[in-house]
Amino acid sequence: MFEKTGVASREMVMTKFPSVERINKGPVAVVECYQKIPCNPCQTACPVGAIKIGDDINNIPDRDENLCGGCGVCVAKCPGLSIMIVDGSKSPDTVEFRIPYEFLPLPEAGETVIGLDRAGQPICKAKVKRVMNPASFDRTPVVTLEVDRAFLYDFRNFRREA
Amino acid sequence: MRITEHPILTFERGKELNFTFNGQPMKGFEGETIAAALHAAGVKVLAKSPELHRPRGFYCAIGNCASCQMVVDGEPNVRTCITLLREGMRVETQDGKGKIE
Amino acid sequence: MREVELLIIGSGPAGLCAAISAASSGAKVLVLERSFRPGGQLIKQTHMFFGSESQYASHRGVDIAGILLKKVEEFGDRIEIMLNATAVGFYEDNVVTVLKGEKEYFKIKAKSVICATGAYEKSLAFPNNDLPGIYGAGAVQTLMNVYGVRPGNRVLMVGAGNIGVIVSYQLMQAGIEVVAVLDAAPRIGAYLVHASKLARMGVPILTSHTVKEAIGTDCLEAAIVCEVDDRFRPIPGTEKRYDVDVMCISVGLSPLNELLAMRGVEMKYVAQLSGYVPMRTENCETCIPGIFVAGDASGIEEASSAMAEGYLAGLCAAAKLGHVPADFEQRREAYLKQLNDLRSGPVGDRIRAGMKISQL
Repeated sequence: MFEKTGVASREMVMTKFPSVERINKGPVAVVECYQKIPCNPCQTACPVGAIKIGDDINNIPDRDENLCGGCGVCVAKCPGLSIMIVDGSKSPDTVEFRIPYEFLPLPEAGETVIGLDRAGQPICKAKVKRVMNPASFDRTPVVTLEVDRAFLYDFRNFRREA
Repeated sequence: MRITEHPILTFERGKELNFTFNGQPMKGFEGETIAAALHAAGVKVLAKSPELHRPRGFYCAIGNCASCQMVVDGEPNVRTCITLLREGMRVETQDGKGKIE
Repeated sequence: MREVELLIIGSGPAGLCAAISAASSGAKVLVLERSFRPGGQLIKQTHMFFGSESQYASHRGVDIAGILLKKVEEFGDRIEIMLNATAVGFYEDNVVTVLKGEKEYFKIKAKSVICATGAYEKSLAFPNNDLPGIYGAGAVQTLMNVYGVRPGNRVLMVGAGNIGVIVSYQLMQAGIEVVAVLDAAPRIGAYLVHASKLARMGVPILTSHTVKEAIGTDCLEAAIVCEVDDRFRPIPGTEKRYDVDVMCISVGLSPLNELLAMRGVEMKYVAQLSGYVPMRTENCETCIPGIFVAGDASGIEEASSAMAEGYLAGLCAAAKLGHVPADFEQRREAYLKQLNDLRSGPVGDRIRAGMKISQL
């Protein structure tokens, strides 16, 4: 199905998520790269060597959940925008996501937006906590959103209210 | 039809130029092609085909196909997708093959 | 008649890298570019490139053009880029005829030539496919990303290869609605990370679909699409109508290399490389000594491999002219390794098969 729609199945998504215990400890990267393509900027970008691709740049990135501190440098570097940061340490009811968002107008902190799943369907409300757009991100802003924990494995994108 | 805000790009437009399309006054910018200026003004039909006189717009935008040929300052068969706009240009729809006066 | 040491035709990723590579070995280079700006298709690529650091991965194509042009400048008068200059003929005595602008026509004689002429977009046959509003996806990219002009308001993208999905995403960045992306193939051809970017914006990607016809009087008003079976035959009763004012055709590229055929280079039809391509050695040299090819002109691939091929062809062409740097063999092997890395995975299967067939 994935190869027909571009929408990853729940089973596929689960293989990329760290354990809930790890998520509850603090921010960690989820690298949703499922296909062997010649690409390795995530490995190059990671300051702690937590993402490994190895000598063959076609390998699928392997993220070590214990090494990864969720700094998020890889999020704006991935040419496929396939990486997000999840953080379950803030509250037992919600999860924070940091996702890349290359559209205008950018949302503002405090704004409530519509949370979307991997098929772009609305699933929940999400609260914008922060918008980061420093020069080092090279025009790939990263938005931090607070989302109900029930949508941990479904939330992937957002859109602003019309 | 012009993009004013873009998340990645900034468009630095040259100075404003006046030209005419089928006698109608129009404005475009220095540094853009005739076809781009026309499109920005909402003009999509640039020519008529030789046999059936069907409407033609641009297609490739890099000078490969002949879809965007127009009469410019009286000269036919000008590829407007790769010809830069100049002040005072007279641009006209070309109907069929170009004729040399 | 002007005589040059190394003539490079085309200033896209392959041509610019070839020029930098040859000049760094000491060759004097003239680059012909038919457009009024250098950079080829790089100048309209707003997305970050794949590959590794050696091919500027994670930089946006438009910025890579800037990086390469800055390097070109560092070589001063060792590299000249002639703009508005189309190579229109290539003859036995290595004379290339050039049309500069619409009126100047002259000859250039080159000791060595690298053909880096790129590719052209294929089109698709269906009723009313000539209506204004139906454009090549690359053309829409030029209009939108080079000139900052919207092609229209609602777009149907035909083709789910890398260009189709990337241009769809760029259309959305320019504030334009993309109603769907369709492809006759049963699977998405693009890198799936690109497809997922689009899917999570809510754009449906319809595989096993094609355009049945376009509707409109003066301009495109609607498109009728339908499903196709596993032999690409339309399935009756599956028609859907999309009211759109733009349809982008992105059904693949073909190598643009007629100049090499004219020169008498041995050519071969290689389906895996998307058309007629010149036979060449691993150093990108054709059957005629001193005539090289690099980038999409040698077979359709990604810009990352076009750059690596450009560096390789520039190095080897300069060496043939007597400019052999001390680290020639290390550099040659490094470029070959880059190419091998880029092509070694499953998405490179097709390319590797094509390279085998077209190898001298």
